[in-house]
Amino acid sequence: MSAPFDVRSADVLIIGAGPAGLSAATHLKRLGVGNVMVVEREPIAGGIPRHCGHPPFGMREFGLVLTGPAYARRLVDRAVKAGVELQLKCSVVSIDYADDLIVTCASNRGPLTIVAKRVIVATGVRERPRSARLISGERPLGILNTGALQEYVYLQHLVPFRRPVIVGTELVSLSSLLTCRKIGAKPVAMIESRDRPTVRRVSMALPRLLGVPVRYGTRIADIKGRPRVEAVTLRLPDGSLEDVACDGVVFTGSFRPESALARSAGLEIDGGTGGPVIDQFARTSEPRIFAAGNVLHPVETAGWSWREGRRVGAFVAQDLDGKLSKPEHAIKLTPGTGIRYVVPQRLVPGGGGFDHLQLRAACEVSGVLVAHSRGRAIRQQPLTSGPERRILAPLAAFSEADADVIIGVDDRPSTTIRSGSACV
Amino acid sequence: MSVADVAIVGAGVVGCAMARRFTLEGAKVVLLDRGSDLLSGASKGNSAILHTGFDAPPGSIELSCMQAGYAEYLSIRESFNLPLLETGAMVVAWSEAERNALDGIEAQAKTNGVDTVRRLTAAEIRAREPELSMRALEALLVPGEHVIDPWSPFLGYLRQAAAHGAEISFATEVISGNFDGEVWTLQTTKGVRRAHTVINCAGLYGDRLDARLLGSASFQIKPRKGQFVVFDKAAAKLLKTIILPVPSERTKGVVLTRTAFGNVLVGPTAEEQDDRERATVEEKALRGLLAKAEEMVPALADVDVTAVYAGLRPATEEKAYRIAVHANRNWITVGGIRSTGLTASLGIAQHIFKLYRDLGNEHTAIVNPQTPRVPNLAENRPRDWQSAGYGEIVCHCEMVTLREIEQALSGPLPAGDFGGLRRRTRCGMGRCQGFYCNAQLAALTEGCFASPLAVGDAA
Repeated sequence: MSAPFDVRSADVLIIGAGPAGLSAATHLKRLGVGNVMVVEREPIAGGIPRHCGHPPFGMREFGLVLTGPAYARRLVDRAVKAGVELQLKCSVVSIDYADDLIVTCASNRGPLTIVAKRVIVATGVRERPRSARLISGERPLGILNTGALQEYVYLQHLVPFRRPVIVGTELVSLSSLLTCRKIGAKPVAMIESRDRPTVRRVSMALPRLLGVPVRYGTRIADIKGRPRVEAVTLRLPDGSLEDVACDGVVFTGSFRPESALARSAGLEIDGGTGGPVIDQFARTSEPRIFAAGNVLHPVETAGWSWREGRRVGAFVAQDLDGKLSKPEHAIKLTPGTGIRYVVPQRLVPGGGGFDHLQLRAACEVSGVLVAHSRGRAIRQQPLTSGPERRILAPLAAFSEADADVIIGVDDRPSTTIRSGSACV
Repeated sequence: MSVADVAIVGAGVVGCAMARRFTLEGAKVVLLDRGSDLLSGASKGNSAILHTGFDAPPGSIELSCMQAGYAEYLSIRESFNLPLLETGAMVVAWSEAERNALDGIEAQAKTNGVDTVRRLTAAEIRAREPELSMRALEALLVPGEHVIDPWSPFLGYLRQAAAHGAEISFATEVISGNFDGEVWTLQTTKGVRRAHTVINCAGLYGDRLDARLLGSASFQIKPRKGQFVVFDKAAAKLLKTIILPVPSERTKGVVLTRTAFGNVLVGPTAEEQDDRERATVEEKALRGLLAKAEEMVPALADVDVTAVYAGLRPATEEKAYRIAVHANRNWITVGGIRSTGLTASLGIAQHIFKLYRDLGNEHTAIVNPQTPRVPNLAENRPRDWQSAGYGEIVCHCEMVTLREIEQALSGPLPAGDFGGLRRRTRCGMGRCQGFYCNAQLAALTEGCFASPLAVGDAA
C-alpha cells in the first residue's frame, strides 16, 4: 500500500458498527473514555438490522417495538450523541502489533492508519452460503441467503424472485418468509433436513398462516435451471425424489462468524464457534484485542449483542485503567458430548467478567448438563434443548476450577440425545 | 455487406487468442459467440495453471502449442498487466507404484525440453512444503509451472483485437452457412455474416459446427465434467507449490494449487457425460475432493469452503488436439482443446495463423499495436482498492470497488452477464458468496444484462 493518507489515534477502536460495536462504543464514551472510534465498511452504520425491515427490535434497549432499520438508526444516533466518532466506508485490511495496535484501513480517500490502545472486533456473522453447504446442482441466478434477500427488498427495493424455496427453520428463516411477504413473493415450500423445526414449534404458526408448506426430513438433491433457478429436486424422508418448480432458493441460517480479519490478525480461532477465542472479559488471544457480538457466537439476537457490547465496553474501560485480571494462568473451557460450542473458552483466575457461559447444543438433547474438571463434576444443571437455542450456565459455578473444564451432556440412560440430527 | 477475412466462431480461450493473433497479423476479424460474454463455455472453469508441457506427448502439436503459448504469455503479460505466481509444481508420489513412475515422467520432461525439473526427497519436500502430508514419498519438482489469472488475459486479448478493428458479436449463434468457393455466408441468430475463412473454435460445440456447415465432423465431443472446490484465503499460507498427482492415461488428475486471487483450489474431477450445458456440482464428488485435499494438506480440514464450481472440457475420442484444415473450403477446425488450452491458446493461435498463411492468405501485420492494460485481480499485484477515489468497496470479501464494477460495465467489451462481471472483477466470488453484496450488485447492474439479477422492483 502507498503512503498513508492519514494517521489517526484512538483509545479504543471498534471494528464493525452493528448492535454490539455501537453499544460498546456508546458505553465507552459514557464511561469517560476519551477517543472512541468505530470503523464500518458499509456506507450506513447499524449492521444486520439495517436491512431487517420488520419488527421486533429494540425492546430491551429502547422499550419499543421497532423495525430493524429504525432500531439501527436509533443505535447510531445514540452513539453519535455520546461522542463516538464513526468512520463509514472504511475497511480494515490488517492489524499489526507495536507498542499500540496499528490498524490499517482502505478508504476512498486513501489508506488510513489508526493507532489504537485497544481494539474491539465486532464484525458479526453471516449465513453459510450454498457453496459451503456443498449442495448439489447447477449454479443459476436466484440463490441467496436471507441477508441478501433482505438487502434486495429493504435496501435496494428490488425483487430477486417470486416463488422461492426456503431452506431452514431457524428464526432467520421466518424473516425470509416475512421479507418475501413484503414483496408479494410466495414461497413454494420451506424445507428442513431434520425431523422437527429448529425454532420452537409455536413459531411455525407463521408459515402456516402464510400458507407455506413445511417439509421436514427433506433436503435439496439438485438445483436446476439456466440462467435462473427453474426447479429443485427434493430428497424426501423415504429417500424418494420430487421436483418442485421454483425460481429461487434461500439458504437461511447456519451462521458463521465473519472472522476473516480475526484470523488474519493472528487471533486464536475456536473450532466450535468459528470466531475468536475469548476469556471472561472478551479478551482474545492478543489481550489488547477484545471481541463482542455475533462474531463470538453464531447466532444471537440483536438485543443480546447490544447488551454484550455494553459489557465488553465496560471491560475495555476497566482494562485501560489497569483493573482487569492479567490474562495469565487461564483454564480452558471446552465442549463435550452433545455441545457444539462454549463461550468464553478461557477463564482467568479471580472471577469477574461475563455472568454466563453461553453454549449451543449440537443436536436435540435432554438430560443433565455437566461440567467436569479433574474428573469431577463441578456443576450440573438440567438441560432440554436443540440446536441454535440459547443455553446459559452461570460462570460463577466455574470460578473454583483450577484445571480445564469440559462441559457436556451427561450420557446416563436418563439422558437422551434424540435422533434427527447428527450429534458428535 | 462487408466480407471479413476470417470469422472465428467461439470466444473461449482459443477464440480470443485467435482473434488477437489474426488481428495483429492484419486480418479483418469477426468473432462470433453464442454466449453473452467471453469465456462463457468450457473456458470458464479451469485450474488456472500455466503449464510447461513437461508431461505432454513428445513431438505433439499440443506440446509445441503449449510451449509457444507459455513463452508468449511471459513475453506479453507485463504490458497487459497480467499476473504470474511463480509457484513451481511438484508431481508427488504417494505410493511406491507412483514413485516408480517418476523416472518416466522426468525423462519425458527432459525429452520435452523442460530440463529444469529435478527430484525432491521426502525431506526436501517437507522443507519446501511443511504442511504437506508426511505420506509424500518423493516428488519431481517442475519449477516452470506457474499460476495465472484464468480470465483476465482473454479480456486483454479481445480488447486489443477490438482496438484494432476486430468485430466481436455475442449472443450470435451460427445456424447454417454456405461457401461459394470464395466467401462463407453464415446465417446467425443475429443476421448474416460473411467471411473468406471460418475458424471453428466452438469448444463444446466444435463437432456440431463442423457437422452443420461442412456436412460432417471428423471427431465427436465427449464432454468431461470437472468439479472444483475453492478454499478460503486462510488456506493460502498452507501451500506454496502446485501439487500435481502422477497422471493417469486419461486425465491429469486432481490438482491442489493456490490461485492468483489468494485462495487454494482442489480439482478437477473427470466425469464423462453427454450433456454439453449442464455442469452440476455434486455433494459426493465435492466431499471426495475435500477428502483428497485434506489427505494432501491435513490443515485444510480447518479451512472453510469458499466456492464450488464445475466446468465441462471439450474432450474427444482421442487425447490429441483435433486441428484440421479444409483447404478447399476455407475452413479450419480447432477442436478437442482440453485442459491444456489455457496455456496453449496463444501458441494455438500462432500455429493456426501459420496454417492459414500456408493456404496463400496474406496480410500486413499491424505496426506497434496498442496493448490495453487490464484491471489486476491478483493479490500479488496492486489492486484498485489500494488507490484513492474508488468510491466504495462493494464486495468486501474480494475487495472489489465501485470503480472497478462501473468500469467492467462500461467501456470496451462490457460484461454481458453476471458471470462475466464476476470474472472481470471477482465480485461475489468470495467467502460470503454475495451475502453482503449481491443485492447491491443487482442494483448496479440493472438494465445491463439480458438475464438480470433482480426480476422486478419492490413496490
